[in-house]
Amino acid sequence: MSGRSASLARRQRRFRWVVITLVVAFFVLPLLGALEFTTRELRTGARTGATWATLVDVNKVSTDYPALKEGFLYSIGLSLITVLIMLALLVPTMTWVRLRVPGMSRTIEFICLLPLTVPAIVLVVGLAPVYSWLSAWLTYFFGADIGESTLWLGLAYVVLVLPYAYRALDAGLRSIDVRTLSEAARSLGASWATVMWRVVLPNLRGAVLSSAFLAVALVLGEFTIASLFSRNNLQVAMFLLGKSDAQISVAVGLASLVFAFLVLFAMSFVGNTRSGTSPLSRWRGRLRKEPS
Amino acid sequence: MADRQRLGAPSGRRPGGALLGVVPFFLYTTAFLLLPTLIVIVGAFLDGDSRFTLGNLEALRSPAVTTALWQSVALSAVTAVVGAAVGGVLAYAVSTAPAGSLVRRFVTSLCGVLAQFGGVALAFAFMATFGLQGFVNLWLVDLGVNTGGGAWLYTWDKGLTLVYLIFQIPLMVIVFLPAVDGLRPQWREASETLGGTTWTYWRRVGGPILLPPFVGSLLLLFTNAFSAYATAAALISQGSPLVPLQIAASLNSETVLGQENVGKAMALEMVLVVAVVMVIYAWIDRRSSRWLQR
Repeated sequence: MSGRSASLARRQRRFRWVVITLVVAFFVLPLLGALEFTTRELRTGARTGATWATLVDVNKVSTDYPALKEGFLYSIGLSLITVLIMLALLVPTMTWVRLRVPGMSRTIEFICLLPLTVPAIVLVVGLAPVYSWLSAWLTYFFGADIGESTLWLGLAYVVLVLPYAYRALDAGLRSIDVRTLSEAARSLGASWATVMWRVVLPNLRGAVLSSAFLAVALVLGEFTIASLFSRNNLQVAMFLLGKSDAQISVAVGLASLVFAFLVLFAMSFVGNTRSGTSPLSRWRGRLRKEPS
Repeated sequence: MADRQRLGAPSGRRPGGALLGVVPFFLYTTAFLLLPTLIVIVGAFLDGDSRFTLGNLEALRSPAVTTALWQSVALSAVTAVVGAAVGGVLAYAVSTAPAGSLVRRFVTSLCGVLAQFGGVALAFAFMATFGLQGFVNLWLVDLGVNTGGGAWLYTWDKGLTLVYLIFQIPLMVIVFLPAVDGLRPQWREASETLGGTTWTYWRRVGGPILLPPFVGSLLLLFTNAFSAYATAAALISQGSPLVPLQIAASLNSETVLGQENVGKAMALEMVLVVAVVMVIYAWIDRRSSRWLQR
């Protein structure tokens, strides 16, 4: 018996290495191609680190590629805004629903998962009138600088990250006993605000962190909405740069992919991600109630 | 009043007061999710003067739009099937590695990046590899292959199929791995104790259990490719061979008189296709969760 299972294990190991090597080779080939392309002197074909030297030189980037710098900063700002609004919106609501109105939980879940079935491009079509109305009012009250700021895109990005953030936070809330914790705190005289801030939030640390990471990663990679609303962010800047300076834009793309990989790889070692699956598997894994 | 509410049991004696707590969430999602969806649905049936019309739906039957729809469906279906097949095998290969092993973390992280955050960056990486100046293209030219200057990469059927696979295969790994992980080694041992071969195991045990989640994941891949915009926009600069590109073109161009809401009609068409696929998916997923406790 043990001989047979040992031979099975051996066969599985060989199979595993062959399959993983082949498919990962396909994944890595374009990344290697990008690396090769960005380290080549295009006319002579010689190796050069010039493109990457430019990219790490902050001063040179801001003088030679102002749109890239601007887009990068907007993306950072947008990810901060998105994470803050997302947390402020979801954590209290989801906790409150668990404690006081459990009947609403299915409605909340349905709404949070809805963006998975509404493609971003469709959302753009529907958001266009909402945004033109919003920016008209904001311009009227605060002037065009504020009214037409790129950062308002964060409001739409919150919708994009809803399903992912919901999954992460829901998993976190599931693993703690919110009711007992809050009852204990309330009977010791804590206000609801204290319960949220000093009891629920610290216990949700892991879930809050992973939902924030997912949101940041999604916002840094967002192209569709920003591009169609003619706003600048990292991806849009990269896209437009592709027309004039291919090497720099490919280098930026490669750098962002490698950065995202490193973040995810590091995250797979932290937290309670079960059986080493990617944190992304948690949200897509269970998707029961879809609109019908 | 406030004090009474504060002292009340968490289950809430005053449901009206408790409901106030979810108002911000509903206001926000109404403004930025439900209202836009409604605008698309209603707008698809309105003309430029906000009067009811079926003219936009008529426009959906124009050759450009039907071709785009057919090409979108074909591209999504092909990349979903190939992606599901390759990704399924890869997911199984990964599942035989011990939980928490380095190879597993490496592959799942790589898949997470490629499936979710690629878009423009991946399209550019492909251009840098297979395009006119790409090293694969240069090699092929050296070998005497006529690549046409790498122009095939910028076509919806050849180029986009290849590029879409680099996020479809990883997405399959992410959504299918939990199902493969649900296969218990005991089932295989039981099958072997009863004299079953590897083939019998897959034919009679593993296959039937994995079939529903496999089909479900395949449907998710389909909707994923169908909704994708960034990759296609980065690669295709001439014409609009896919529905998302058609919608984008209708948003960017100055609208033709009487055609203001054709973009909304196309958007509605997309939502309907995705919704139908997702309903089938939800049904399959309910069935598959019977065996696999995730």
